[in-house]
Amino acid sequence: MTRIDTSPDSAQIQDEYIETAENTRPASVLLRELVAHLRDNRTQLREEWARRITEAKLLTAMTKDEIFAEATSVYDNYVEALETGTFEALQAYARNLSERIIPRGVETDEVVGIVLLLRDVLARSLFAKYQTDFTKLNRILDAYEPAANRIANTVAVGFVQERERIIREQQEAIRELSTPVLQVRERLLILPIIGVIDPQRARQLTEQLLRGIRTNRAKVVVIDITGVAAMDATVANHLVQTVEASRLLGATVIVTGLSPEIAQTIVNIGVDLGKMNTVGDLQGGIEQAERLLGYKVVPLVETQ
Amino acid sequence: MEVPLLKQGNFLIATIQAALTDADLLQFRAALVQQVVRFRSQGVIVDVTSLDVMDSFASRTLREIAQMIRLRGAETVIVGIQPEVAFAMVQLGLKLEDVTTALDLEEGLAHLSRRSTSRA
Repeated sequence: MTRIDTSPDSAQIQDEYIETAENTRPASVLLRELVAHLRDNRTQLREEWARRITEAKLLTAMTKDEIFAEATSVYDNYVEALETGTFEALQAYARNLSERIIPRGVETDEVVGIVLLLRDVLARSLFAKYQTDFTKLNRILDAYEPAANRIANTVAVGFVQERERIIREQQEAIRELSTPVLQVRERLLILPIIGVIDPQRARQLTEQLLRGIRTNRAKVVVIDITGVAAMDATVANHLVQTVEASRLLGATVIVTGLSPEIAQTIVNIGVDLGKMNTVGDLQGGIEQAERLLGYKVVPLVETQ
Repeated sequence: MEVPLLKQGNFLIATIQAALTDADLLQFRAALVQQVVRFRSQGVIVDVTSLDVMDSFASRTLREIAQMIRLRGAETVIVGIQPEVAFAMVQLGLKLEDVTTALDLEEGLAHLSRRSTSRA
């Protein structure tokens, strides 16, 4: 007698006949029996699972009612995936579930943990049911295990993909938020930079600034880097290029707020400092910019 | 292709309307300096708004134009460099050192007017 392997890669569990001394039954028939068993015992198996989840201290970010509601959905989707052998619906459900629970602070290990617990709970119930017929138990498990593994995989991967998507979105949002080009006077722009500058952000900064110079017809730009702790030689070079490119558009750049570390970096890369106009702090930079533009700020005379 | 030159009082305005070949650039340089001499111009504006690329030869020629015109006692202002072109130029190390630049024609003329009145 030869056993034919059930490949977990196939979307549909194929019909096959496994010969035993007693009878032959296709795997799909066994699967239907399995699914019927899981549906019939839905209530107590779901409770058993919820109990194990709490025992394992998983999903602590959610209330009991929430866990129960989600557990019901997961259970039903799980059984349906077993029944149909198709996983698209499960994938969609997994992404949907992830979208809801990630903001609640649920971690990857929790999601993987609860799916594996369900897998165990259902497997144990199969052991209990077929304990008198070891051969049949084996065949039932042959049908169950590949599908159960595929399900655990699908849910875990769906969760991780959703997390990665959210992280990418947040990174994009941060990038957009953090490089405003502000006009504070006619012909005077301020570019306050805060945080970490990587080469990509530096490039985006330059493009935004040059566009801003043209749109606002700026003659002076103050780039303030007080909020930047450090930059490597690549980014420092990029800053120098930004100053040069701005000059080609007819704008003078004043850089303010260089930390000692950044000053060191700039000296180390050998920039011709005669070309780079720097002032200690933002206030000084704005005052110099105003002078360059021909403004003078005077206090209003108070009338008695 | 010839670059059209306009006279505006003491200044000359040259508008480059499309990418020029190396030969065109050299011809432009010669013609421009000739006109500066003929009209005794005090300033020249070279408008490159229409250029969407600037290579090293063009960049060098513009510098040479500014140097030659300076030897005639006049000043050159390059105007209208596009943001993308400026970005590409600095990345290639084409910095147009010692050449005055301005955002557009209006700014360029304002700069030249200021300089010539301060000299008068």
